[in-house]
Amino acid sequence: MSCCAPGAELYLHPARSADEETLLASRQFPDGLRQNDLSVPDIRCGACLRNIETALGKLDRVVRVRANLSTRRVTVVWRGDAPPPMTETLRTIGYDAHLHHDGADEKDPVLGGLLRALAVAGFAASNIMLLSVSVWAGAEGETRDLFHWISALIALPALAYSGQVFFRSAFRSLRHGRTNMDVPISIGVLLAFAMSLYETAHHGPYAYFDAAVSLLFFLLIGRTLDHMMRERARRAVSGLARLSARGALVLQPDGTQCYIPVDELEPGISILLAAGERVPVNARVVKGHSDLDRALVSGESTPQPAVEGTELQAGILNLTAPLTIVATASATDSFLADMTRMMEAAEAGRSTYRRIADRAAQLYAPAVHSIAFLAFLGWMISSGDAHRAITIAIAVLIITCPCALGLAVPMVQVVAARRLFEQGIMLRNGTALERLAEIDTVIFDKTGTLTAGQARLTVNGNAGADMLALAASMAMHSRHPYSLVLADLGKQTRRITFDVVAEHPGKGLEARLGTDVYRLGRPGWAIADDRCTGTNDAATVALAINGIGATHFCFKDALRAGAPEAVARLTESGLSVEILSGDGDRRVEDIAMHLGVPWLSQAQPIDKVRRISALKHAGHKVLMVGDGLNDAPALTTADVSMAPASASEIGRSAADLVFLRDSLEAVPQAISISRAARALVWQNFVLAIAYNVLAIPFAVLGHVTPLVAAVAMSLSSVIVVANALRLDAARTNKTIRRAAGDAKIPAILGAAK
Amino acid sequence: MIDFFFLVPIAIGLGLAGLASFMWTLKNGQYDDLEGAAQRILFESNDGPDR
Repeated sequence: MSCCAPGAELYLHPARSADEETLLASRQFPDGLRQNDLSVPDIRCGACLRNIETALGKLDRVVRVRANLSTRRVTVVWRGDAPPPMTETLRTIGYDAHLHHDGADEKDPVLGGLLRALAVAGFAASNIMLLSVSVWAGAEGETRDLFHWISALIALPALAYSGQVFFRSAFRSLRHGRTNMDVPISIGVLLAFAMSLYETAHHGPYAYFDAAVSLLFFLLIGRTLDHMMRERARRAVSGLARLSARGALVLQPDGTQCYIPVDELEPGISILLAAGERVPVNARVVKGHSDLDRALVSGESTPQPAVEGTELQAGILNLTAPLTIVATASATDSFLADMTRMMEAAEAGRSTYRRIADRAAQLYAPAVHSIAFLAFLGWMISSGDAHRAITIAIAVLIITCPCALGLAVPMVQVVAARRLFEQGIMLRNGTALERLAEIDTVIFDKTGTLTAGQARLTVNGNAGADMLALAASMAMHSRHPYSLVLADLGKQTRRITFDVVAEHPGKGLEARLGTDVYRLGRPGWAIADDRCTGTNDAATVALAINGIGATHFCFKDALRAGAPEAVARLTESGLSVEILSGDGDRRVEDIAMHLGVPWLSQAQPIDKVRRISALKHAGHKVLMVGDGLNDAPALTTADVSMAPASASEIGRSAADLVFLRDSLEAVPQAISISRAARALVWQNFVLAIAYNVLAIPFAVLGHVTPLVAAVAMSLSSVIVVANALRLDAARTNKTIRRAAGDAKIPAILGAAK
Repeated sequence: MIDFFFLVPIAIGLGLAGLASFMWTLKNGQYDDLEGAAQRILFESNDGPDR
């Protein structure tokens, strides 16, 4: 790279365009202050907070810095027109930072509302319970009435405020002619309150204010946990680095250059694409030679050469040298947009999954209502006492209120999500856990999913230490993926200093030392007599001294860590595994034979979608594990999907689960956790139903007093919560947590590249 | 029994005070960074949540 003059001019502009991007992303305050949110995935301890805050605080014009350990964000408030060098400063102290979209860091208003509702319900429940205890303890006459009135006074605002969460949802659902869990809850709570008020006014002995409010309290805990889990999963993933280009350096007809957003690129515009950048829109190369990494776009794992006239799809990574390209499509007609459209089509065709809890509610609500109604009818007919009949019907509604159900499912999911998080797996969708437990087929993409990281290297010919050292010393001058692997060879050996090193994109590296010429690259180019020994594979690199070839390096895909173990565990547990790849036959076959699974190669994105649809039609539940842009439609089509953190942004957002660690063993781990969670959910349902079967006869026969109701309700909730926590008890030791934190680094750095 | 009625408003008042203080801490952003807050007590500098 040292002599690549055309590249030099590109170095200035990314810095300037980054400034513009920072300015665009900032939020402006009226007093001339601006605020930027940076996502810093490497914040892991208190010391990080302090380092970051002191380093950024020392910068000119920075008014305030606040680092957040939970969300791994830094908020910087600054004044002036140009942003202070925030990301650069962070980089010098060792933290990679990415700008965060404006607005994504807003406080979550729903969670705030739920917490306030929970606080009010908690306050009301505890105070009413306090008064109820004295009533149960034997307060009588006017004292009891007074206590009931005070309880009513506390319960009314609590219901009006905290109950809204349920009343609104119940109302919405009823208006659409459906019932959900919130309908019996709302009816039960409101009727209990109304009846208690009537009882109080008529000096009755029993009031159910405590039951009504503590019901709300328990259910709100469940609702809040549910919401927190989904929200945290969503945020964790949005904080990862982004891969797609946001803008491009455009060469205008008058020779000047400017940085414009991707959306404004039009066909015919000339774009300067620096080495290491991704192609923003479909384009054609007009000047320059380079190598391309198409792995995310088509799944091909070997780098391809780019020359004048090569057609590029949006998302391809330019590896070795700058290119001048002409856009052939606007952003909306590019490859990326095609993928998005296919994903939308798949989304529309996918029947929306109904959560187990919702399906239970569908049966639960009518059952509870009819039992309550029958109890009312029965007592009306047998005793003719309307007051007594209504009291008993309401007692049935209270005792059957789905406290246990409402708390049990979210509790299991929160615990399961935490266990997944400790294994480095992010849950992006609340229902994904339930869907994951049902799958019977796992489909892997090859490039980037089964294989990852650096290629596996074999050396043919003269493999002496000097030759390896020579190759390594040359390879250090390039960013080509093969060079990175070769450069690793020379870590222990002495480094050779050359007089001149030049990179010829699409061909290889040429170095001169004294009168000797060394070439490392394509055999046809490096070796003068062009007599290729060994295979004529594109993935072969030759090292030649003065045109005489001595050593060949063969690159094969390296399996991702844990891939054979993961596939073995999956097949052992009775799942069928297959590979769907866009790469060439031989490379896929190589990997598939190694893992011992069936495969399909050279699959276009649409072929992957077709294959998955066919499996789904045959009644299979499919898990798709993939990373590339070309996998995104398949990820959306499958019943549930997983992607590594190194996946393309579009792949990550299409996937239901994202695993942050390198090892593919995350896949069987996630499946086993989801299955354990499903078992616990069913156990909790059985417990809740058993409790109802026991309690309903008491309620129907009229033996339920407020004391019994309170005890029964709390007891059932405690039992299901305790059962849910058993999932957590399976954790082996506490060091897992630390390991999870450490293991995240390579994954996130990988994504940042 | 009637002698201890003054305890009832006191109990409710204490509950309300707790509720109000929770609402204030929530509004004040004290739950935004629970992990960070746990680490910050080890620093010497004297900064609050809204420094």
